[in-house]
Amino acid sequence: MLDIKNIRKTFNPGTVNEKTALAGVSLTLNDGDFVTVIGGNGAGKSTLLNAVAGVWPVDEGSISIGGVDVTRLPEHKRAKYIGRVFQDPMMGTAATMQIEENMALAARRGQSRTLRPGITRDDRDHYREMLKILDLGLEDRLTSKVGLLSGGQRQALTLLMAALRKPDLLLLDEHTAALDPKTAAKVLDATERIVQKDHLTTLMITHNMKDAIVHGNRLIMMYEGRVALDIAGEDKKKLTVEDLLARFGQATGSDEADDKLLLG
Amino acid sequence: MDFLLSFLNSLPGAVGQGLIWGVMAIGVYITYRILDVADLTVDGSLATGGAVCALLVTLGLNPWLALLAAVLSGMAAGLVTGLLHTVCGIPAILSGILTQLALYSINLRVMAFGDLNAKTKNMLAVSVDKHDLLVSSRNIRKLALDNPTLLLLALVAAVIAVLYWFFGTEQGSALRATGSNSAMARAQGISTNWCKVLGLVVSNALVALAGALLAQYQGSATVDMGRGAIVIGLAAVIIGEVLLGGVFINFALKLLACAIGAVIYYAVITLVLRLGLETTDLKLLTALVVAAFLTIPYWKGKYFSKPVKPAKKEENTHA
Repeated sequence: MLDIKNIRKTFNPGTVNEKTALAGVSLTLNDGDFVTVIGGNGAGKSTLLNAVAGVWPVDEGSISIGGVDVTRLPEHKRAKYIGRVFQDPMMGTAATMQIEENMALAARRGQSRTLRPGITRDDRDHYREMLKILDLGLEDRLTSKVGLLSGGQRQALTLLMAALRKPDLLLLDEHTAALDPKTAAKVLDATERIVQKDHLTTLMITHNMKDAIVHGNRLIMMYEGRVALDIAGEDKKKLTVEDLLARFGQATGSDEADDKLLLG
Repeated sequence: MDFLLSFLNSLPGAVGQGLIWGVMAIGVYITYRILDVADLTVDGSLATGGAVCALLVTLGLNPWLALLAAVLSGMAAGLVTGLLHTVCGIPAILSGILTQLALYSINLRVMAFGDLNAKTKNMLAVSVDKHDLLVSSRNIRKLALDNPTLLLLALVAAVIAVLYWFFGTEQGSALRATGSNSAMARAQGISTNWCKVLGLVVSNALVALAGALLAQYQGSATVDMGRGAIVIGLAAVIIGEVLLGGVFINFALKLLACAIGAVIYYAVITLVLRLGLETTDLKLLTALVVAAFLTIPYWKGKYFSKPVKPAKKEENTHA
């Protein structure tokens, strides 16, 4: 479903702030794969997701989704294939617009925007049903401004919106990191339900090793702009945090493994 | 008593001018509030609308068609600013200033178009005696159907109705999302660049329409009729929000608040003129009014927000 071939990205080339964020990453996701991504600060996790989403062009390499080469497509055109949830709960929704208006925007992702009414009565019923999945009572607040919702509610709504029109690929960028533990668990729970329901191909960054082990069928760990570990199948099911740290140390030759990772 | 009478006597004129500037203020609302862009093109495109309309009317064209042509000229101005901003990557404010500056030269040429004696003109008169005009300040106190207030009211209502419909469509919602959160808009597949250009085109179309109406109303187009227009537009938007924002929640009513804000603005201007200020003092006064109205909400949030929060917390604990 997702095919990344040897992508590279260097920020601020030729300056003192030069930073090679992606040093040749290749990764292939099969249809229905749920891959968790871990790694320390600056390992290139978010950069990888942003490269796939098309926030900026990559320096080298190619990215294709469902067989379509999207390497040269601008962000808003790639959105046709991709559902996204950001780390910042404020970023995924339009605060000054209503819940139903936000959902209507997401329901037209990748389609042309016409002069037809943005929301019809059928849409409204559909949105109400979808919101029930979240179990947050939002189904009774369709016309509330999103800016009135809490961070957790907004993040859950963003997640629902990302999956409203079934995406070929779901990108979750530490989407529970800014939430309190209880809310984070709720949103993660909703994530699991939504991904399972439509068998979405998913790439989820997390800073929590336990979450990375519990969720998904495959785990990759990034280090210095590369994929350092790639664990799938039975191997992944048996994995423990200690295992992971040991294998990370072997793979990278680094024994700083890794207070940063454990502490998040 | 004399003072009051003379003020009341000049009120119809204030309403007429206010409604025209209300159309302009609605245009400013689209960029300033919905798109979150401060567009300075308007100082130029207002005069362009006036110049194009005055020119075509003096050439004998139907005044409605002249109005339409003025709208098209405003759209072109908005398009240029939009392209400078999105395609050329120039900051929005500077893009607007560049277009505004360029329009100054263009407007001088437009008003002299077809005149063998002059290459540029800084004023073009249209007289209600010689030409067929839609609105004229001369009829503002008449109790008759050609009183411009009626037509202006209808036009403002039509503009609000069309915009209310448009911003409810898929495309209009995309435009609002672009202004509200552009990262989110792009993640939902919205071309934010296209939306910004579209918003600037629509906004300047309305501003040029206001310019065309103003030229007919006051009987001339002048090259500096748009000087400071952005500030007057902002004043109307902000006065409308401050005075009516609490009750006018619906989008159509918010647009209406801009028009009412413009009428109030001109009523106040009329009042201070009666009090003995010169017309040349008005720009200073307008700038002060806008600065004050922008400052109040900021200071409110900064210095007076603290007493509110504990009260809210208390409510929560009781609940």
